[in-house]
Amino acid sequence: MKRFAALFNTIDQSTRTNVKVAALADYFSDATDADRLWTIALFSGRRPRRAVTTTRLREWAAEEADIPLWLFEDSYAIVGDLAETIALVLPPNPSSDNRSLTHWITELRGLAEVAEPQRKAFVLAAWAALGGTERFLFNKLITGGFRVGISQKLMTRALARATGMPETELAHRLMGNWHPDDTTWHALIEAADASADASRPYPFYLAYGLEDGPESLGDPDHWRAEWKWDGIRGQLILRDGDYYVWSRGEELMTDRFPELARTIDHLPPGTVLDGELLVWLPGSDTPASFNALQARIGRKTVPKKLLAEAPVVLHAYDLLEWQGEDIRHHPFATRRALLEEACADLPADAPLRLSPQIPFGSWADLATHRAAARDAQAEGLMLKRADSPYLAGRKKGDWWKWKLDPLTIDAVMIYAQSGSGRRANLFTDFTFAVWNGNDLVPFTKAYSGLTDAEFRQITAWVRKNTLERFGPVRKVTPHHVFEIAFEGIQPSPRHKSGVALRFPRMKRWRQDKPLQEANTLDDLNEMLRQYG
Amino acid sequence: MARTPVLTFTENGIYCPAGDFYIDPWRPVDRALITHGHADHARSGMGSYLATHAALPVMRHRLGEIRAEGIAFGEGRRIGGAEVSFHPAGHVPGSAQIRVAVGGEVWVASGDYKLVDDGFTEPFAPVKCHHFITESTFGLPVFRWAPQRDVAAQINHWWATCAAAGKTAFLGAYALGKAQRLLSMLDPQIGPILTHGALEATNAVLRDQGLTLPATVHATAELNPKDHPGAIVVSPPSALGSKWARRFGPQESAFASGWMALRGVRRRRAGDRGFVISDHADWSGLLTAIKDTGAENIYVTHGYTDVFTRYLNENGWQAQVIPTQFEGEALESGEAT
Repeated sequence: MKRFAALFNTIDQSTRTNVKVAALADYFSDATDADRLWTIALFSGRRPRRAVTTTRLREWAAEEADIPLWLFEDSYAIVGDLAETIALVLPPNPSSDNRSLTHWITELRGLAEVAEPQRKAFVLAAWAALGGTERFLFNKLITGGFRVGISQKLMTRALARATGMPETELAHRLMGNWHPDDTTWHALIEAADASADASRPYPFYLAYGLEDGPESLGDPDHWRAEWKWDGIRGQLILRDGDYYVWSRGEELMTDRFPELARTIDHLPPGTVLDGELLVWLPGSDTPASFNALQARIGRKTVPKKLLAEAPVVLHAYDLLEWQGEDIRHHPFATRRALLEEACADLPADAPLRLSPQIPFGSWADLATHRAAARDAQAEGLMLKRADSPYLAGRKKGDWWKWKLDPLTIDAVMIYAQSGSGRRANLFTDFTFAVWNGNDLVPFTKAYSGLTDAEFRQITAWVRKNTLERFGPVRKVTPHHVFEIAFEGIQPSPRHKSGVALRFPRMKRWRQDKPLQEANTLDDLNEMLRQYG
Repeated sequence: MARTPVLTFTENGIYCPAGDFYIDPWRPVDRALITHGHADHARSGMGSYLATHAALPVMRHRLGEIRAEGIAFGEGRRIGGAEVSFHPAGHVPGSAQIRVAVGGEVWVASGDYKLVDDGFTEPFAPVKCHHFITESTFGLPVFRWAPQRDVAAQINHWWATCAAAGKTAFLGAYALGKAQRLLSMLDPQIGPILTHGALEATNAVLRDQGLTLPATVHATAELNPKDHPGAIVVSPPSALGSKWARRFGPQESAFASGWMALRGVRRRRAGDRGFVISDHADWSGLLTAIKDTGAENIYVTHGYTDVFTRYLNENGWQAQVIPTQFEGEALESGEAT
């Protein structure tokens, strides 16, 4: 564990990309095959099957630390990470352990077969033997979620440096449904036939936001425009008579979208589509709101009723594989032409549709279309260069999202709560209200959008202006007005205000605005009527 | 009939009716007893100040012309109907717990404190009392400080590694207390020790009153970094990464604070390293201090007050949260540490 902990510390302590890549490349060059395979797996969100529940971990840690469980839980709420909280509350131990990462993983896996008292004894012994970072990492092996600032991009760069293989090929090999239990370093990284797994997706190409207008992009003739949908980005894979659906977060979601099984009847095997998963009711001109889709994402198996109420249709905008061939290097215009051909004969009730392109003559013309995006239930426009290949990851230059300006409302801060993890000592989570006569009605929370300096300033203010405390929540003097930006508004019977906002955040601290001039519940209802 | 308590909590600060004085008030009052010179405890605008001899020079340096009187640790003084004395709090040089006794009832206002002997500050001395006013800046069981020599070894190792790589090591710490403690932990064998002006001014005040610090070079605008290869620069956190710092060329920066115990906070600071060291008591330090007073009544003024108070109440004390304007160990701004 010592070697892995040293790697982790170097990566975790540094903010410099080249330091992280160099440390990883060194590790990939000389660690054992099993250790380096597990390292890739852990840093890309895979973990050993959970052998101990987090409930037990909390109980055992509180017991070992000789503190009541509530105190452990309160500490966890502030630290924000279970593995770290456990590592910190246990008696400090400066020792270090020579057993390998794979050794500990193997031992943990063995726990599934033993009775609970033995499990507990094993975990307690590990906590006693491991100190500092090693103890934290041991806990992470159980709880999962190594958030270490290693993107897929950095990992492939380090692997490329260690193996001499091209980054793009490595990026593709690391995608999909592999797990260290079922593969080896050789099979995953080195073996000639990397496409053995029929479900393996391509890395998604991600767009940057366009800060100013599109004029800087040059000649509009070189660009294609589409709606930027407010759904879930998905990749549909048709291979060997089966279908697979992947989310952008690299989650296999096939079972959540059984209606997409019918796409097998409409397109040949050896087809991979990039598109947007949207709830779209038959006969409707626009997709349903994101809320409707959320009900679907939450269900691993979908009841019939929900399937009928919230049918999902994939709106395809790109073709990555055609007739079994990877065509990502072809220009977008070519891929798009093939996609349109492939989708030409789809029946009206197919769970797959072509996401339309929006013809435009000039940038001014396109701006008019963008202004109508909300009517189309879209977030704005996507701009794609006609001659661009389909790249991997977020790359600047060929794809841009040109989103609508958010909706905004001026609201009064009435509750504050301190953050956790990175923001453990700042008040960062606020509840906002609008006026209803002389009352303030809470309608949303927001956590982001202020600068660190502003968070510090508001934190100092909250400390001095607390009216009441409810556990971690403080009721503060109504005084500060913030401009809240959000992407959408929906009716919600669960909220006192009757509305729910999509992606609310603090756009500006309106220190210039008097309390009485914040917006009202009527204003909010008017927005609901207009945009809901 | 219930007697008036020895100390009460008012909107101006902690008040003693029998002696008609305040302890660390945050609004201007006639008579202020001050635990130590940090900005959230020693504020300007008081009619008169009383603090330990060792705390006064820094207070005068920071507050300018003040009407102030010094008192020795352990020296008894009668103010009105109250017996008052000052006892080491171990927080920063000169910092005190203030003991107030009226008619046999003893209260102690501890300001900020730590139990670890840093080899530099007058070590914390437990004072028996009935009522104890405590901070709880790090009042969670996740805060447990490693021995100072371990942290010193980490810092010196980091500095030596920077020096070997041809980089200047920048160590951020607050100007009063923490910075001098860190200076005293550095190994001058590794290379020259440079200091930022904000810190060197406080160093001068403390050296004048007889504290021993290693030799430091004031890093003025005229100083040529090339003349000081392998140096460590101790500066206020705000100077890390500034234009002033950048002219030193290749460098790494580190920040020393109790908050560095939390990985999330460490990452947000975005420096290269975070060292866990604080002039406040950790979880076990707070509990030990409270036990050693023998007090049954505990007033928790700042920090993780709700959690800490609940724990005390569940373990046999009568504890309550007292909202104050004390700030504890600031991570980002201000001088309060």
